Amino acid sequence: MIRALVVVAALALLGACSPAAPSAASSKELVVFAASSLSDTYTSLGKTFEAAHPGVLVKFSFGGSSTLVDQLKEGAPADVFASADRQNMEKATTANLISGVPSLFATNTLTLIVPTGNPAGITGLDSSLDGKKLVVCADGVPCGSATTKLAKLLGVTLKPVSEETKVTDVRAKVESGQADAGVVYVTDAKASGSKVDTVAIKNADQVKNEYLLGVVATSKNSRLASQFVALVTGSDGQRTLSGAGFTLP
Amino acid sequence: MIRPALPRWLAVPAGLAAVFLVVPLIAMFGRVDWLHLPSLLASPAAVDALWLSLRTCLASTVLCLVLGLPLALVLARARGRWATAGRVLASLPMVLPPVVAGLALLVALGRRAWLGRHLSAFGIDLAFTTAAVVVAQTFVAMPYLVVSVEGALRSAQEHYEVAAATLGASPTTVLRRVTLPLAAPAIASGTALAFARALGEFGATLTFAGSLQGTTQTLPLEIYLARESDTNTAIALSVVLLIIAAGLIAVTSVFSRVKGTTS
Repeated sequence: MIRALVVVAALALLGACSPAAPSAASSKELVVFAASSLSDTYTSLGKTFEAAHPGVLVKFSFGGSSTLVDQLKEGAPADVFASADRQNMEKATTANLISGVPSLFATNTLTLIVPTGNPAGITGLDSSLDGKKLVVCADGVPCGSATTKLAKLLGVTLKPVSEETKVTDVRAKVESGQADAGVVYVTDAKASGSKVDTVAIKNADQVKNEYLLGVVATSKNSRLASQFVALVTGSDGQRTLSGAGFTLP
Repeated sequence: MIRPALPRWLAVPAGLAAVFLVVPLIAMFGRVDWLHLPSLLASPAAVDALWLSLRTCLASTVLCLVLGLPLALVLARARGRWATAGRVLASLPMVLPPVVAGLALLVALGRRAWLGRHLSAFGIDLAFTTAAVVVAQTFVAMPYLVVSVEGALRSAQEHYEVAAATLGASPTTVLRRVTLPLAAPAIASGTALAFARALGEFGATLTFAGSLQGTTQTLPLEIYLARESDTNTAIALSVVLLIIAAGLIAVTSVFSRVKGTTS
């Protein structure tokens, strides 16, 4: 029994340990906290930034916007914060976590995705969803609040089989064919590529999710941080964002 | 025989370890909004999650016992290369990251998977059902029961079984009257461990079963969701989970002590 437990403990440790990121010596680091839906665009903008600022290393922490705000409140060291909605950015500004006024840099709208070929014959956020397996984001997370708002606007009652905490989980369930349809951002639909088909939602452009970013008040690299903000809101950043499906403000 | 004392310096790292393990848990108790705790826990989402967790964990623990106990008995007796392979495979889900367990279940039992398609031919569709939650919990919890019972059975002395058989008892009688009673403490603690693991199950459920209030949204999933909008509810529910888990671990340690004094 004891030997078994020791083996178990050793294996559990193995499972828990992931390789640590190598720490860079003697170079300046810019830490960017950004919403998960920005991971592709920001990673590529980070490379652009590093190329323009030799000796600077841009490090990202991607997560749910509210998780990131919580981490900032607990004193996580970050230089830039980018939120996927206005509500979470307001939480950060009221807690005096952001210096200056955050800038609006992109908006995102919702769309339906279905497994390739649309086997369940979904035609939109309408009666074609009756009895089908629809997956949405939970109310309370940005994409879920937007979904609720849009459904109300269209006057439809959604009966989802699952309410996910992350939009990427909605995507995964449609991509794998577990679900017949899912409500995600246009950028997610684009990122899923050929694994899904997109079914546009009527009046989807009436519910916009606003993406804002700002320099973190406690940043020790506030000049670099402002330059990163300028990159995102400048022409390079806007081109990258619109290429990924974001709408520009 | 009196055991020699432990070296005194050992108290320093031991104390550090204890502090390290206990401080985060105590810190959480400090953050609880005690005044509003009853109303936080009485919200429909919280009540549904707690009730669903208890029902599914009970079901998966029964499944663990019904299927895992025979597996432990067989593995404890088996010898050779295949037995070793079996033991490794049976304990593997225990060390898999939960998301991997969920993905594995999806690839095997999902609507597009080979096994899943055959199940749907029989009208069984696991996707997004409470049954899928039970499947996920059983998959990750069963190894805990198998490993602890199998370990106890292998280290048990076999002369009682031999004596019973010599006296003419059938294999089933030996199992029922000798083997199982001797392993009872290990079975009890293994069952409690499996229940505790099922209760904490998160990743596999989220990946494989989804998250819907009252159907698939168990306590850990509700905590994860609540954390997005309402930290106080998340902490209140966490404390409930912590108390239940502590009770279960207390049960296991009582049973392992019983075993320690009798063997």
